[in-house]
Amino acid sequence: MEAIVLPFVEGLLGPLWPAVKPVWPLLWTLVKIVLILSPLLLSVAYLTFWERKIIGWMQVRIGPNRVGPWGLLQPIADGLKLFFKEVLFPTAADKKLFVLGPVMAIAPALAAWAVIPFSPGWVLANVDAGVLYLLAISSVGVYGIIVAGWASNSKYPFFGAMRASAQMISYEISMGLGLITVLMVSNSLNLTEIVGAQSKGQFAGYGLGVFSWNWLPLLPMFAVYLISGVAETNRAPFDVVEGESEIVAGHMVEYSGMAFAMFFLAEYANMILISAMTSIFFLGGWLSPVGFLQQIPLVGVAFSNGFHWMAFKMAAILFFFLWIRATFPRYRYDQIMRLGWKVFVPLTLVWILVVGVWMMSPLTIWK
Amino acid sequence: MEFKTILFYLFSAITVVAALRVITARNPVHAALFLVLAFFNMAGLWMLLQAEFLALALIMVYVGAVMVLFLFVVMMLDINIERVRQGFWNNLPLGALVGLLMVGEMAVVVSGRYFSLANLPPQSMPANYSNTKELARLLYTEYAYPFEIASVILLVAIVAAVMLTLRGRKDNKAMHSSDQIAVKAKDRMRLVKMSPEVELPAVAAKEGE
Repeated sequence: MEAIVLPFVEGLLGPLWPAVKPVWPLLWTLVKIVLILSPLLLSVAYLTFWERKIIGWMQVRIGPNRVGPWGLLQPIADGLKLFFKEVLFPTAADKKLFVLGPVMAIAPALAAWAVIPFSPGWVLANVDAGVLYLLAISSVGVYGIIVAGWASNSKYPFFGAMRASAQMISYEISMGLGLITVLMVSNSLNLTEIVGAQSKGQFAGYGLGVFSWNWLPLLPMFAVYLISGVAETNRAPFDVVEGESEIVAGHMVEYSGMAFAMFFLAEYANMILISAMTSIFFLGGWLSPVGFLQQIPLVGVAFSNGFHWMAFKMAAILFFFLWIRATFPRYRYDQIMRLGWKVFVPLTLVWILVVGVWMMSPLTIWK
Repeated sequence: MEFKTILFYLFSAITVVAALRVITARNPVHAALFLVLAFFNMAGLWMLLQAEFLALALIMVYVGAVMVLFLFVVMMLDINIERVRQGFWNNLPLGALVGLLMVGEMAVVVSGRYFSLANLPPQSMPANYSNTKELARLLYTEYAYPFEIASVILLVAIVAAVMLTLRGRKDNKAMHSSDQIAVKAKDRMRLVKMSPEVELPAVAAKEGE
């Protein structure tokens, strides 16, 4: 994309160009960050709206429909309301860490997007250690919750922080181990190459890419990754960190206004991030599931590879997130720990061995 | 000055300040968070040395897991800061000696060219050089046995830590999920067949009058 924009900017600035040239890489990176983050934050706003609508329909209600046509301006109204609320500081709180908490929650949630490719070449930093970067950054996200819970100097936030630190570490392990099989079959840590590796295979040759993606041969890992992703973002039915009926809102009890909104933003940005990561690792990213339909005139273009497939897959996974929130009751705390440590971790360890043997055997489908 | 050099000084300055604050901060939670900051900047320094695997593994393992558990413990302790500070001057000589030793060792490593240590890596790597791949190749071929032995030792430590706390208290009321899931309606409830109306026995009827 830079190749198209650069001559245009050069022509626009004319004689001023030599002055801008040294800082051009910085400017261009900033532009790319804005191009990624503004749609992301807009998606976060409308994800909350969509969530309320979906859960409303599932519970035979209408959902928000007062603000704007079909209630479409509801997230804007919510945002404005939060923006104008005062941020209260409890007297016994650790002021500096109380402010740092929301920042530490949202910074990793946004920083992780740096290596997510949306389409071939549509990525801020196409680094070779992309998967490692994602694992490292997402493991830092828990600090926001811990720091907020401790700095509030209050009972329920502290319970929330304790629960968060135990739960997120447990499910990070199963997520990381689940990813190892993906790395084994794609032979790369680069996210673009991981998607590329899924475009090869018997079925992809027939134009039926959907059966060549990682979800089918690594089906148990796909399930483990998706469920751990729900637990990692503290969403229902794994939302004991917030657990309204037990500890009110966990780490967010003492927060108001924009400080609260930042936790909210971080949670939803993380949900979208998990859906993007699942699409890339298991569902072939921007690859088309039915490439053979490209032959159809006029509408065929919709069936070619591209960003629209990535967006569709992400939307489907986000719907799954909302769907299970409306469907399942909250897990009991010891059951969450049991599922993470006694079911998922052994399952992933065994499956790593199975995939290893499979890859070395003559039956291998990864060449 | 190259941009990389500026970054190096930035990262090292923050690392040094954060490391100092770890031992001078009054609140143990603040100290732990400063340690996290120090780890982050160390990772930045390693990244500058093109050791991206080590840098990211440092964040993943130490920041993401070890320090979270550390904070978990530190937050639950009610530490009396005055008591902790008491033995400072008594412990200083030993601490200073250990510190000096570490500085000396680091000096030998850093100025390895001067002390003509063998096997120094080349200064710059080709563009397609992958630190992760090289590390994996060495770990799983040349150093496979030491690597396996190290992991077995860690496993022994894990088992030992579990065994130390696994005492099986008699008054333990923990529930077992597998037992709970395996429960059938039959185990909990007995359905009894009986006729809807029961005739009162003759004796009871007399008493009622």
